[in-house]
Amino acid sequence: MLKQKHLLGLEDYPAKDIQTIIDTAFNFREVLERPIKKVPSLQGVTIVNLFFENSTRTRISFELAQKRLSADTVNFSASSSSLKKGESFKDTAQNIEAMKIDAVVMRHPTPGAPKHLTQFIDAIIINAGDGTHEHPTQAILDMMSLYEKFGRLDGLKIGIIGDICHSRVALSNIYGLSTMGAEIKVCGPPNLIPNFLQDMDVKYNSSLDEIIEWADALNVLRIQKERMGRGLVPSTREYRATFGITDERLKKHKKEIIIMHPGPMNRGVEIDGVVADSDQAIILDQVLNGVASRMAILYLLCGGKANDGDD
Amino acid sequence: MPIKKLSKHTVLKEGTILDPFNKETYKADLWIKDGYIEDIGKFDVPKSAEIIDCKDKIITHGFCDLHVHFREPGREDKETLDTGSISAMAGGFTRVCVMPNTNPPLDSPESINFIQKKAEKCPIHIHPIGSITKAQDGKYITEMALMFQEGAIAFSDDGIPLQDGSMMRIALEYATLINAPVINHAEDECLRADGVMHEGVISTHLGLPGNPDLAESAMVHRDLELAEFTGAKLHVPHVSSAKAVQHIRSMKKKNKNVTAEVTPHHLFFNDKALRSYDTNLKVAPPIRTEFDRKALIEAVKDGTIDCIATDHAPHTIEDKETTFDLASFGMIGLESAFGAANMVLVEESGMKLIDLISLLTVKPRKIMDFNLDLFKKGVPAEIVIIDHNHEWIFDKIHIQSKSENSPFIGEKLKGRVELTLSGIYAYKN
Repeated sequence: MLKQKHLLGLEDYPAKDIQTIIDTAFNFREVLERPIKKVPSLQGVTIVNLFFENSTRTRISFELAQKRLSADTVNFSASSSSLKKGESFKDTAQNIEAMKIDAVVMRHPTPGAPKHLTQFIDAIIINAGDGTHEHPTQAILDMMSLYEKFGRLDGLKIGIIGDICHSRVALSNIYGLSTMGAEIKVCGPPNLIPNFLQDMDVKYNSSLDEIIEWADALNVLRIQKERMGRGLVPSTREYRATFGITDERLKKHKKEIIIMHPGPMNRGVEIDGVVADSDQAIILDQVLNGVASRMAILYLLCGGKANDGDD
Repeated sequence: MPIKKLSKHTVLKEGTILDPFNKETYKADLWIKDGYIEDIGKFDVPKSAEIIDCKDKIITHGFCDLHVHFREPGREDKETLDTGSISAMAGGFTRVCVMPNTNPPLDSPESINFIQKKAEKCPIHIHPIGSITKAQDGKYITEMALMFQEGAIAFSDDGIPLQDGSMMRIALEYATLINAPVINHAEDECLRADGVMHEGVISTHLGLPGNPDLAESAMVHRDLELAEFTGAKLHVPHVSSAKAVQHIRSMKKKNKNVTAEVTPHHLFFNDKALRSYDTNLKVAPPIRTEFDRKALIEAVKDGTIDCIATDHAPHTIEDKETTFDLASFGMIGLESAFGAANMVLVEESGMKLIDLISLLTVKPRKIMDFNLDLFKKGVPAEIVIIDHNHEWIFDKIHIQSKSENSPFIGEKLKGRVELTLSGIYAYKN
């Protein structure tokens, strides 16, 4: 069904397959609107959610997606695991696979960790975020949400606002959206913008007002408190004044613009509460689409096993 | 034991002698008696002599590596002076300088003496490098003069850059007392931050924290200025960036006391190889871009870089078979050094074989004041026999080191060390 066995990232991921996932996700979105939100698609498939890093919404979203598809799921989180006892990544992975599982959804603080995992085990691996590298399922749900709003991705103008350097959401969005023909500009403090963006056909503009004039939609990234601590951002006040999506700033532009945020939000810092709760924000649609997208991804990657081994 | 003792009389027959000191190439036989060169040319061979056929082979000086980590004392599970010696001989090296970042570090006359005593029993010549500062903490200089008397041939806190410019100044000034080279691992730790690979297009794609070339070049520049100011000997290890090359090139025009080395891995790989997330490529300073690689080759050709050194850094499988952030920095390099350097410099870049051999023999020896004229009667044998046209795929079976952390595994190399002779000892590949 999909070209690649795993979903490790969206760099070099085929446009056709991204479209297939989005189309399938819309079908599952319908399922989620039904009174009984469960289908038997992945009955008998065992999936482990391997979370080496804290996550609330991504883990719950995956878990719900798995339950809606009738898969058997097990959760593993670093805080409750043998990692604390000094077990290596490899041993943890191989031990879990020895229990006969079909797929692993992994979040890990280190870039490339899901790729490492493919060397140790045979199961299907889905990257739920690897450090500052990629977060492909987030980018797919973002694209699905844009598709829902605009009916297309090709030619859309998307501004990504915030800490691009440390954002896996930004990188996966850049890969996915540019593959699908969208145009991307990034905006944020210059020291949080990678120096080598030209190679990715991404333009930088430090003026948020110019980006708002230009864009169809903004993907507003969470500014992490620890960046402030390291002095990468002088203060919350200055960040809000320069890069915050405030109500007054949007009003000034008198144009329709869609606001997205991967969550969790810092209300009053990168986004005003009024904006987050307004009609132009599709943040809660993103959350619902997250479940639908992850159902689609799990179904397309693990479905082969459920359908009497026909692959 | 893969190392054998030579017969009392050994004759290398019909080889081509490549003498990098006298810059001569000629056909001759070479006679070794009790580990010393007895004669070169035509002579009557004693009946009991062991004859080694060297037809179509190059006979040259044993290689000298100014930069290895043999991990003794402290991490004997990674390497020891014994296993490191075998690894060295497998790569054609008969003389190495061991870095002092052991546990405990080589920061006292006693610890230098410990290495010297152990090295006496090893088949190759092992010279300890003493640390610049006590416990390598960058705060107090070591007893350099006493360590020098015990046999320390240079001083370095390798692995740990000397951050404090005034400490570097003190170390250089003090080292003029004994005129020993100071070797500083040049990376500004603040600029390097938590970088695990070269900062560039590839690190941006991979999401791995980048270590910019300026982390190296800024500190190289500082060290060059301090060397000029103090008049001390400065040796710049493992140069990796075009920017650092530029600084060294311009300083060398006015200061003869500056030397530099490059590793085979910085000449061979560029950062695109990191796309595999192969932790064996995680090394400090990092593998840089193709532009930097080309600049390093150019610097070798024009003499800006004086010699090749491996920075042989053994690590256990556990240290490397992990995620990229947790993996240790460093790779082994002795066994693959000649094949990799010959592939890049002679095969791809048109350098003459004798010039490459110089980078592995006379030039590093000169930096440390070792004996240079090795093909002479009465000199202890330090000889390597090479098939420089042999193409081979580097594999685990070629590794004699206790560790296997080599990114060269699976790579095609050209030029193979066939036999290494060090005194009465011989290693055959």
